[in-house]
Amino acid sequence: MSFEFPLLSLIIWLPIVFGIAVFTTGNDSNAQLARWLALVGSILGFLVAIPLYSNFDVTTGAMQFVENHVWFERFNVNYHLGVDGISMPLILLNCFITPLIVVAGWEVIKERVSQYMGAFLVMSGIVNGVFASLDAILFYVFWEASLIPMFLIIGIWGGPNRVYAAIKFFLYTLLGSLLMLIALIYLYQTSEGSFSIEDYHKLAIPLTPQIFIFIAFLLAFAVKVPMWPVHTWLPDAHVEAPTGGSVVLAAILLKLGGYGFLRFSLPIAPDASLYLADMMIALSLIAVVYIGLIALMQADMKKLIAYSSVAHMGFVTLGFFLLNTYGIEGAMVQMISHGFISGAMFLCVGVLYDRLHSRQIADYGGVVNKMPAFAAFFMLFAMANAGLPGTSGFVGEFMVIMSAVKVNFWYAFLAATTLIFGAAYTLWMYKRVIFGAVASPAVEGLQDISKREFALLAILAITVLWFGVYPYPLTEIMHTTVDQLLTHVNNSKL
Amino acid sequence: MNFIPPDFAPASSEIFMLIMVCVVMLADLAAGDSRRYVAYLLTQVTLLGCAILTFVSFSTEIKHTFHGMYVDDTMADILKLMVYGTVSAVLVYSHAYISDRGMLRGEFFSLILFATLGMMVMISASHFLTLYIGLELLSLSLYALVALRRESIVATEAAMKFFVLGALASGFLLYGMSMVYGATGTLHVSQLAQIIQSEASSKEVLVVGLVFIVAGISFKLSAAPFHMWAPDVYQGSPTAVTLFIGSAPKLAAFGFVMRLLVEGMGEMVSDWQGMLVILAVLSMAVGNIAAIAQTNIKRMLAYSTISHMGFLLLGFISADFNGYSSALFYVIAYVLMTLGTFAMIMLLCRSGFEAENIDDFKGLSRRSPWYAFITLMLMLSLAGIPPMIGFYAKFAVLQAVVNAGYVWLAVAAVLFSLIGAFYYLRIIKLMYFDEPETTEPLVLNSDVKILLSANGFAVLALGIFPQSLMGLSLYAIQNSM
Repeated sequence: MSFEFPLLSLIIWLPIVFGIAVFTTGNDSNAQLARWLALVGSILGFLVAIPLYSNFDVTTGAMQFVENHVWFERFNVNYHLGVDGISMPLILLNCFITPLIVVAGWEVIKERVSQYMGAFLVMSGIVNGVFASLDAILFYVFWEASLIPMFLIIGIWGGPNRVYAAIKFFLYTLLGSLLMLIALIYLYQTSEGSFSIEDYHKLAIPLTPQIFIFIAFLLAFAVKVPMWPVHTWLPDAHVEAPTGGSVVLAAILLKLGGYGFLRFSLPIAPDASLYLADMMIALSLIAVVYIGLIALMQADMKKLIAYSSVAHMGFVTLGFFLLNTYGIEGAMVQMISHGFISGAMFLCVGVLYDRLHSRQIADYGGVVNKMPAFAAFFMLFAMANAGLPGTSGFVGEFMVIMSAVKVNFWYAFLAATTLIFGAAYTLWMYKRVIFGAVASPAVEGLQDISKREFALLAILAITVLWFGVYPYPLTEIMHTTVDQLLTHVNNSKL
Repeated sequence: MNFIPPDFAPASSEIFMLIMVCVVMLADLAAGDSRRYVAYLLTQVTLLGCAILTFVSFSTEIKHTFHGMYVDDTMADILKLMVYGTVSAVLVYSHAYISDRGMLRGEFFSLILFATLGMMVMISASHFLTLYIGLELLSLSLYALVALRRESIVATEAAMKFFVLGALASGFLLYGMSMVYGATGTLHVSQLAQIIQSEASSKEVLVVGLVFIVAGISFKLSAAPFHMWAPDVYQGSPTAVTLFIGSAPKLAAFGFVMRLLVEGMGEMVSDWQGMLVILAVLSMAVGNIAAIAQTNIKRMLAYSTISHMGFLLLGFISADFNGYSSALFYVIAYVLMTLGTFAMIMLLCRSGFEAENIDDFKGLSRRSPWYAFITLMLMLSLAGIPPMIGFYAKFAVLQAVVNAGYVWLAVAAVLFSLIGAFYYLRIIKLMYFDEPETTEPLVLNSDVKILLSANGFAVLALGIFPQSLMGLSLYAIQNSM
């Protein structure tokens, strides 16, 4: 079916235009205006994404809502947009998270409000652009551009060590993506002058170049995911970023890497993917097991959640490289669900941080006595993070473990340890922060969550439970596309 | 004996320029101290007049004159138009700076115009001697410009270094040219190509000549390992002069390389390709790594220039339309970024205060958010981050390099530009993450304000719509060869 209205362009440019409008509200005397404008922009951004869902045809794996215009003909680069079952859920996730971030920063951010809110809106549009691009250079431009607002967000509103974290974040991700650029240019030569990603999917490439291309993409995406051993920027960035920044980073930006594997690595270099699948699975399992153990030992709540993100994303890459339907769909479900859960976890830590200005687990204890409603929400998200059945965290992990059993029992065994480690580090942290005797006079003075915070957490709680009980809408969207992708990957290009 | 006058039309803008330089000098003498703006206005009018002359005579036809010593083609016209625009912008940016420092005199303007004339001759030369005359006219004017503040010790020292090393480079170049003349018996660019092709000349002598020519070019381009003068000259010169040295002459240098290496010695491509590979890699390495250690912003930008010249040379390596047009695109983008960056440094200067250290950018986003934002775009562009124009420049060049089969070179280039990203990010960090030492906003004249905003905006807008400039570059190269 066709939908003539340029919906994808709207989804990309509406938040960016609103973001620029928010910038122009100027200094902090107009802070209230900036907040409301940002809220309106982000909610509109979510509303325009709804027709994307309702008009999406789940029976085809082809690109939908396609827009294709010449951008610059010198290198045959097109403004080529489209979505399929892989990118659509991620766009929805992004549009859903953005208003939450605006609300989360409502009272907390008091300095340079317009720049903060504007940066998030611009980034939201840019990220939609990454997911919707079907032209490699357009993709790359959005991909790199997303670094700029995040760099500023960490550096301006971050914690004490923010400069180090911001520059590390930027350079780390730039390193990966520059090599991807070379791979894209190489593909441009091989395909005799095309930057269309769909053309690359059909391109026959011998095994050796495929492996090089795969490795170049791997560097870009592995840094973003992040996979062990290139994950070290993430804990730094998370710890120093303001709450909103952490939420976007965990919920959205990490998904760019996962998306990249499905859009580039697997279909463009399928033989290399098969050839290197064991290595990828090994790296993923190290992330799951080893990073899980590291998370256990963290004294800083944000760092703990950051490491838990790395472990959960290990599940995602594991699912991809098991190369069967359950694995990839499970990984996709895990990505979406991790977006909600990690976002919620960072919001919970943010709630505590706003009150006590400490992220150290040791500074808390007995919070339940003072903040019962908060403790209940935090409980739900902690359980979801640990993969409790009935929450969305369980669905993805279960699907991936099931598919791992089919491939190799020991893969499944190692992957399943996450259910133990995940429960251990999350619940142990929960116990130390929430239960016990009231730890200090500061904790004694805590106020329970405000209506604004309640609304935020409630929305996320409903979503987590909804997809935990009824994930069908999600799997339905991606099913045809994933099947098509697998058929494609299993056809050798040699 | 019959004297047939040559066709002056292709050189009309140069002739006009020469007349006007004399007019500017005389007018300034007559105007005296109270009316220095006369020289300024006349200079701008001269540049405008030249632009009109060049624009009117614009055609895709290649016209030779003065017995084939001079050529007017599309590339020359486009490069010259860019030069006029750049010089004009330089003057607007530096007007307040030079009048604060007592440099607002006729000499400044006439030297700038002489230098511009030199660039025009370089761009349009089709004979080795014309090329050399253009280059010397440019260089000598620049030496004098650097030394214009004669009471300043650093400026005098910089001028001295510039002069000695520049003269050495000119010597190299001349020596190389004489070798080529010895081997082929001609200095005409077009005849040279034919003679080399016919293999009627001694290859050994030619190659030795080529080595000297490439070394001379590298001096002028400030490509490593012939880059030593650049940091000292950039740092020591008054910022207005640094702005001038760093911008328009790079356009002329591009034309110079095209005439000498590509048109003249294009048949020896396999010989100079390898030399350029070494020069490019060294420049990117030295420029990017040394820039990290700098605390003086002008010195840092000098190293940044060196690395950018390395990138520029990459464009020539592929030795085809694609590569040359990428290099042209790169140099135009580079000039645009340099103009804005040095203009920002000059804005940070007040009378009696020179903004020299990168710390002077501290907290700029609190003082003047708009100019901080423009600098942000310029820095990201220099670092090659999309959607700024600097990215497309790097992209075009990398594409040409990969196309020529040098994938490893492209990988090395991106790794060095990753190192380079660090020191551009440091400026952004100072502007956005650090607290200002003073909260007073920058004060600007409205013409500078408009031009700088346009400059910053162009870096972004040409990045979002790069086709126009890319198409123009390709058009210029295709119609000139």
